[in-house]
Amino acid sequence: MRPSRSLLGFVVIATLTDPACAFTAYVSNEKGNTITVLDTNTLQVIKTIKVGQRPRGIELTKDGKFILVAVGDDDTIQMIDPKSDDIVATLPSGPDPELFTQDPAGNILYVANENNNTVTIIDLEKRVPIGEVQVGVEPEGMGLSPDGKILVNTSETTNMAHFIDTQTRQIIANVLVDPRPRFAAFTSDGSQLWVSSEVGGTVSVIDPAKHEVIKKITFAIPGLRSEAVQPVGINITRDGKTGFVALGPANRVAVIDGATHEVKKYLLVGQRVWHMAFTPDEKYLLTTNGVSNDVSVIDVASLKVIKSIQVGQLPWGIAISRQ
Amino acid sequence: MLMGSSCLIRLLLGAAFLLAGISALPGADTVEFKIGYLRLVQPRTTISLVEMPAPNDGLAGAELAVTDNNTTGRFLNQHFSLEDVKLTPADDVAAAVGGLADRGISLLIVDLPADAVLRAADAARARGLLVFNAGALDDRLREVDCRANVVHTAPTRSMLADGLAQYLVWKQWRRWVLIVGSHEPDKLYAEALRRSAQRFGAKIVQEKVFEDTGGSRRSDTGVVQVQRQIPVFTQQLPDYDVLVAADESEVFAGYLPYRTWNPRPVAGSAGLVPTSWNASNDQWGATQMQDRFMRQFARPMTALDMQAWTAARMIGESAVHVRSTDAKATLDFFKSPEFALAAFKGQKLTLRDWNLQLRQPILLTDGRTIVSVSPQEGFLHQFSELDTLGFDRSESKCKLN
Repeated sequence: MRPSRSLLGFVVIATLTDPACAFTAYVSNEKGNTITVLDTNTLQVIKTIKVGQRPRGIELTKDGKFILVAVGDDDTIQMIDPKSDDIVATLPSGPDPELFTQDPAGNILYVANENNNTVTIIDLEKRVPIGEVQVGVEPEGMGLSPDGKILVNTSETTNMAHFIDTQTRQIIANVLVDPRPRFAAFTSDGSQLWVSSEVGGTVSVIDPAKHEVIKKITFAIPGLRSEAVQPVGINITRDGKTGFVALGPANRVAVIDGATHEVKKYLLVGQRVWHMAFTPDEKYLLTTNGVSNDVSVIDVASLKVIKSIQVGQLPWGIAISRQ
Repeated sequence: MLMGSSCLIRLLLGAAFLLAGISALPGADTVEFKIGYLRLVQPRTTISLVEMPAPNDGLAGAELAVTDNNTTGRFLNQHFSLEDVKLTPADDVAAAVGGLADRGISLLIVDLPADAVLRAADAARARGLLVFNAGALDDRLREVDCRANVVHTAPTRSMLADGLAQYLVWKQWRRWVLIVGSHEPDKLYAEALRRSAQRFGAKIVQEKVFEDTGGSRRSDTGVVQVQRQIPVFTQQLPDYDVLVAADESEVFAGYLPYRTWNPRPVAGSAGLVPTSWNASNDQWGATQMQDRFMRQFARPMTALDMQAWTAARMIGESAVHVRSTDAKATLDFFKSPEFALAAFKGQKLTLRDWNLQLRQPILLTDGRTIVSVSPQEGFLHQFSELDTLGFDRSESKCKLN
């Protein structure tokens, strides 16, 4: 595959998406206190990196050079060099960080602090906190609008999506959603915000301009009681046509039509599916399955689960780099 | 009947608010939600010193929920407060309820014995209050003596016993010896355990009564005699897998573990205990809850604290959706499919509409960790697996009216 692509001269496209390039997936193992590193081409484990206690939220810096992982029981976010496996910095995240997001330039980190009802804002370069916003009880999900102007935080016990102006750092709107909202994701054009409610069992599709819920996605899986449907992770394709929702102990990922917001299909994955990440070419979607200690690989085009890969103990978060 | 003719309008208003984005409106009038908390204060002694109830046992949970509700209330211009009323056994419950109603309270959490719950419920009914039973475990309050204005956040003895029995059967510990205390609550718990054994296929191979002959829980001489008494008491039993104790009165169960004649595990009122909450629960985000509680009250959170927290959080949820303290509108919301409470138990809690009991998983704890959570895998139900715990709809003797 690699030679034929370069022969055809898809140089520009190749640098953008390069499907032939082996991407690297980083999986945080909540109980194992490790990150499993996977090659998304061979779908094999490359290595395991030891990190702090209870790693959950995980992202790569925008330059792709470092892994950022929230290690909640150590009250910090560790910055790790994936080449050397060294922890190069610990960020002042505030207590018990879980999920976080970066501004488009990769200069600022927004962190949800579950334990003290705040969102902490960190200067990534200087590695110092530069502000905080008081939000609802148990802030968790963090979504940033593609233009970086609006930060959305979900609070798990207050059951709201808080819309925060990133310039003024003031809450400009609060939208009620169903119980225990855990994750917030914008569509790539910024026209919709999807918020998953773990206990409510729904995904609220919100118009971010009007701050209104325009659709509530519900899930009915034959033979499964409603309490088992616990949506957490959300990933939407760049073209906005397909959304994927991880349904926790329902052991399934729901495939949602981006236009109608109807469920098209349920994909059976491993047990207690938490979070997901696309490979940069959107060929695969990888899911972390907390109870079965594995990652399921979904082929996005055919909507089929093609492989499961054993990782560390209780995998939770996942990020995929271009390298 | 519960009062509140304008509930429909309020519900519609609430729905309208839901559709629109909710911004904090500076200068808008804050709506006050006053919650009553009525409790009987009487000394209670436990075998374990570390389990001695704090003076604010239960109340602290409601106070934490009020703090949580107020954090949310900042965004909705709602404010919550508690009025704590302490009763002695000689006090008039109905008069206390009347006093709270006079002060404009329509939502009342009670931590009272069963008969007092009924007196409070009947007085509340006359004044249009909705009552939340956070303390009494008695099945009869949800069955023959159920009331249309009482929501139960406390689990029943049958729910606790079923939660334990499912696990013991899953473990294949099917042969039980049941030891029952000589007080009324002990007998009620034993009744629930017998029902569970039959329901889930365990066999009680022998029952024994442990008579309370009086005496203090603590002594300068210590446990020297206990070490000799318990082996003798548990001698000459038929072969069994697990010793199950029904001792809500805290007379003997705490002495059983490690002292039985045969080396066997203990469950029920000691050893593996079914409960609505334990300070060791750290699953499903409960760590934050435990931390918040410890920060505010400098002690671990108990089952009673959790049951009261749950009641006050239910009120917070209805406030967000119904936007009123109206008792009928509040109850209608709890009975609707829109109601689901997140309470750090791994799944949503909902209300059994036939007797107003909150569906909830039962934690099984050894006091230091959560050993398991029921319902257990494989105990299926056509509607909700949580309905495998306690009396189900088809068995219910409750008639709400």
